[in-house]
Parts: sequence; C-alpha cells; structure tokens
Amino acid sequence: MTYRLFGAATIAALAFGLQPAMAQAPIKIGFISTFSGPQAAIGEDMRRSVELAKEHLGGKMAGRAFEIIYEDDQFKPDVGKQRSEKLVQQDKVNFVAGYIWSNVLLASLKTVTDEGDTILISSNAGPSQIAGELCNKNFFSTSWQNDQTPMAMGAYLQGKAVKSLYLMAGNYAAGKDMLAGVKRTFKGQIIGEDLTKWPDQLDFSAELAKIRAAKPDGIFIFYPGAHGVQFLTQYAQAGLKGQIPLYQVFSIDAITLPQQKELALGTMGAQEWVNDLPNDQNKRFVADFRKKHGVFPSFYGAQSYDSIMLIASAAEALKGDLSSKDKVRAELKKANFKSLRGDFKYNTNQFPIQNFYIQEAVKDAEGTMTLKTVATAVKDAKDPYYEKCPMK
Amino acid sequence: MDYLLLQVLNGVQLGLLMFLLAAGLTLTFGIMDLVNLAHGSLYMMGAYIAWTFVGWTDSFVLGALLALPATFLLGVVVEMVVARRLYARDHLDQVLATFGLILFFNELVRVIWGPAGKSLAVPAFLNRTVEILPGVPYPAYRFAIIVVGAVVAVLLAWLVARTRLGMLIRAGASNRRMIGALGVDIELLFTLVFGLGAVFAGLAGLMAAPITSVKIGMGDDILILAFVIIVIGGIGSIKGAFVAAMLVGQIDIVGRAFLPDFLKTFLSSAAASSAAPAISQVLVYVVMAGVLVWRPTGLFGQRA
Repeated sequence: MTYRLFGAATIAALAFGLQPAMAQAPIKIGFISTFSGPQAAIGEDMRRSVELAKEHLGGKMAGRAFEIIYEDDQFKPDVGKQRSEKLVQQDKVNFVAGYIWSNVLLASLKTVTDEGDTILISSNAGPSQIAGELCNKNFFSTSWQNDQTPMAMGAYLQGKAVKSLYLMAGNYAAGKDMLAGVKRTFKGQIIGEDLTKWPDQLDFSAELAKIRAAKPDGIFIFYPGAHGVQFLTQYAQAGLKGQIPLYQVFSIDAITLPQQKELALGTMGAQEWVNDLPNDQNKRFVADFRKKHGVFPSFYGAQSYDSIMLIASAAEALKGDLSSKDKVRAELKKANFKSLRGDFKYNTNQFPIQNFYIQEAVKDAEGTMTLKTVATAVKDAKDPYYEKCPMK
Repeated sequence: MDYLLLQVLNGVQLGLLMFLLAAGLTLTFGIMDLVNLAHGSLYMMGAYIAWTFVGWTDSFVLGALLALPATFLLGVVVEMVVARRLYARDHLDQVLATFGLILFFNELVRVIWGPAGKSLAVPAFLNRTVEILPGVPYPAYRFAIIVVGAVVAVLLAWLVARTRLGMLIRAGASNRRMIGALGVDIELLFTLVFGLGAVFAGLAGLMAAPITSVKIGMGDDILILAFVIIVIGGIGSIKGAFVAAMLVGQIDIVGRAFLPDFLKTFLSSAAASSAAPAISQVLVYVVMAGVLVWRPTGLFGQRA
C-alpha cells in the first residue's frame, strides 16, 4: 500500500515537475557520422568540433539548452538510414546534421526530410542529385556540392602546364560526381580513368601499374580518409612519387596528414575552408581546437561547427521558438552567421555560394604537417545543378 | 610488356594471399567436414595480434613471428571449445555456430582494440621499390609477400606430400572414418589441422594488413572469395586451392587492369569506367559457375 502511494506520488511529482521543464525542453539535434571502423577518425573530428561549437555557444541557443544525439552510421548506407529513422521517430529531434558520405546521405534523405518532415543539415556530403532534381525545402548544406571542389582543382590545373590527367576515385555517388566535376573545368586530355570498388578496395596496385604505363602529366584522386592514406603510401611504394605529380581533393587533410607525413609534402588540393583563413571566428576555432586536442581541425570539423552555428542563428532570430518550420527554414536560408570560411549566401537549392581555395601540404615552423592556402581558385562559385532544382 | 609483367605479379601476389587463407579452409572443410565461417575471423585476429606484437617489439618481422604461434594457440582453443562439438552436426548447425563466432570475434576486437581500426606500417627496409627487371620497379613489400607466400606454399606441399602428418591429412580428406578405425588419434589430428589453418589465415591477415589496414570485419568479405576458391579448386585439395587462388588473383587483376579498356572499345568512356568494377566483381563467380558445370567437384575434387 505504502509502495503504491509512493508510486502515485512520484508520478504526480514527475508530472508537475515536468510542466515548466516542457516549456523549455532542450533543442534536440541528431548528428550522424562514422564513429566505428577505419573511418572513425573523421567522425571523432566532427564530434570534437560540434562539442567546441556547443562550448562557444555556452551550451544554449537563444537561452534554450540544446543537446546533441550522436549516431554511428558504421560507414554503411542501410545503417545510416536506420539511425536517421531512430533520430526522427524515436528521439523526435528538431534537426538532423552530419553525414560524411554521399551514399549514406542519399539513403537517409527521404526518411528525414519527407517522412519525418525534419530539417536536415549536411555537414559534408553534397551529392549532385540533391543539388538538382532531388532538392528539398528541408535540406540545407554547410559544405558544398560534390562537383565544386574538383571543379576548382580542374580550373587551377587548366592554368598550369598539365596537359593530361589520369583520374581515380571510389565507385560511389561522390566519386562519380568528383570525376564529373574535374572534367567540367579541366580541358586537357583525360588519359585514363578508374573507379575502384568502394569501400572494399584498398589495394591500388593494378591501377598504379596502369598509370605508370599511361605516363600522364598528373594524377587526380578522390580518396577520403583511410583510403587517402593507403593511396599515398602505395603511390610512393610504386616509385611514382617524384615522377608523376599528384593532385587531390579530400584525400589529404588534418586527419590523414599525421599518417601521410612527408609523403604528402608539396601536394596541391582544393577546399572551401583552410585552417589558415584569416577571419576572426576561424582563428578562434582553430586555436581553441588545437589547445584542446593538440591537433589541427579538419574541414569536416569546420563544416560541422558551421552546421551548429547555422542552427543557432535561426534559433536566435526566432527567440528560441522553433514551432513553425516555415519560419525556421526562412531563417536558415539567410545564412546569417559567422561561417568559419567567411560569409556565404544560399543558392536556390540551399547549397552555399562560396569561394574555393588551393591549398598545399606543408610543414609549419614547429615541424607539424599542415595545409596552407596558396591561391583563390574560384570566387562565389555556384554548383552546376541548381538550375535543375524546382525550388526558386 | 613491362606493364603486363607488373600486372601478372600483382595477380600472383593477391593469389598467394588468397591461397594462404583458402588452404586452412579447404583442410577443415575437406577433413573435418566443417563449414567454418569463422575462418575470416582468424585472418582478422592474426592482423590484430600482429599489430599488438609489432607495437611491443618495434619490429615488423619479430612481431609477425610472435603472432604466428599466438594464432596457432587461438586456433587450437577455438577447435577445442567450439569446433570439436560441431563435427557430428549437419552443415546448417555449423554455419549458425561459426557465424556466431564471427559476431563474437568482431565484438571481442571492439572491446580490446576499440572500434577505430589500426594501421600497420610497412617495415622500413621494405618501404621502397625493387627492380625486378632493369627499369621496371616493383614495391618491395609486395615482392616480399610473393616470396613468403611461395615459400609457405612449397612448405605446405612438402608437408602434405612427404610427411606422416601430411599422409594422415590426405587420408583424412579421402576417408576419415577409415583412418579413425586404423587407430590414428583423430582428435589430435583435427586439432592440429585446425591450428595449422589458423596460422595460415593469421599469416595472410598480417601480411595484408599494411596494404588494407587492420579493421573489424576485415576477414568477412575476403572469406567469400576464399570459399569460391576452395569450390573452384575442389574441397579438401591443397593443389586445387593453389591453382584456384592463382586463377582468382589473375581474374581480379584482369578485371581491374584490362576490362575498362576492353569495354571502351564498344561503350562510352563513362559507361565503361562505371561498368568495369561491377563486372570485375562478378567475374570470379561466373568462372566458378563455369567450373561447376564442367566439373561439379571442382578442378581437383575427390568426392562425388
């Protein structure tokens, strides 16, 4: 009897206790990334950057607390979709952010934006389909469309003495976009092209032998994370380093450099964000990140930080009231926040219109491998698919 | 010509790695009649154990040499605790139990080594190229894999063809009830064979590690190829496993190196480069189906 009474009292107390708390229930943000397997280092870098954003915001958006629920996609589209479903249906999050991989994002998109009517902010993946015909009012990007970064690289190579290129990428949504991108701006000869099994193939011996025989002026690759480390190692082991120069997108970054070390030295790449961009918010982000973790943040992290700051900007503008999705979308679309890459505007398909820079892998004064901006490749670039997007 | 030689060597290197994995599998299948899906887990454990020993000893060779007896012991323990209880059961029970072992080992690795995976560096003295012909460089580490793989293949051939243990293995593969009746300690033989298979799988895993990185589930994908190899070669036949592994190695390289150019002769460049990886992935299965139609017991299969 006493037990029952106690139970009833607890329920009542909980019910009353929860009443005021409900009014300021925390804003919930789901964050999908890869936290296990060989690509887990990328997920960890994103998590650290999101936590830093939370710290810089003092744990609050417009006075409301917010919580981040991290979910592991295990680098698999089906798992990513299922985790997205869990975030939307079970956790009832206000936003879903993250997504490293284009194939994971494509598998999860409808679950979040259509079935769940939840706003998705991609912190990395930018498949061409979502920039074009599949564009969605609930989808925003704080990264880029896949074609854009290789387009910047292609434009840079076009101005150099590179007459012929050999292209290599993983055989999945992003890999195809990347090769399509470089071909849009590089008008020299494409001497050969390989799409390798993704993500299983880490042995590039057959392809490297083909490159040796084809004798191109340069090799262009797209191998993110662990694959980039393997490619550089095998490229050097095959004796091609110093003979055929390498040009890359997303294959040399702050996460892979500690393993690639001198092998990466002098290699050129393109990116919309570099750790040495001179704006105040970026200086603070990079300095605080290094102080905390002892390593440089990567572009994955910078874009994830931006995703949280974009959400915060909308929450601030609406004074913490996220009940109207139309208003939230309208505020997000203004991109009214201090992005680490500098200010940008949203295009009609809700991808950023932004600059891209050429960066070189160098050793800094302390002997640490890092990336340095050497040129601005393109300014205020729009992706090549936005006209196919029905949203105006 | 140089190009062709390089690609053939790449195929041989891949084939030898696959042979090491398939040898143990074909022995356990052929002699104990055990479908061991967990063979890929031994491959993974070999890589993780080697990673740990390399960290302790600061030497790749020393770490690898220590990892081999460790994987042998692991194989023996798995045989005595789990596999032994499965010989008399039917294949479905074996598949279920050894699939459970895969889950167990993947989780064990997650607990001990964490979810992130490890990278094992190529030893410094092999981190260069060797000239196999004047002006034709080849990565020294891959060349070392070929040498080690070939030596092990020769040793294994000698073991099976010339020693008493090999005689018992061959006898077990053709009629295991009979050698039991002849008074051979069949339990001990089975334990030894299982341990031997584990060593070969572990060796394959640790040699592949610097090329493909050490990760959870690394043996699961390659295990399917190993099964294809023992089916093509004939279950229980070491010679068959060797020939089939060489064949599969070359098919994989042909699919990657020559198929795209071949497809480009009648397809558009874009279509060819995205179709080639897909076709090369199914090529080995097509060959397997062809072999099974022509020879239902595999190239060197004994049993009807």
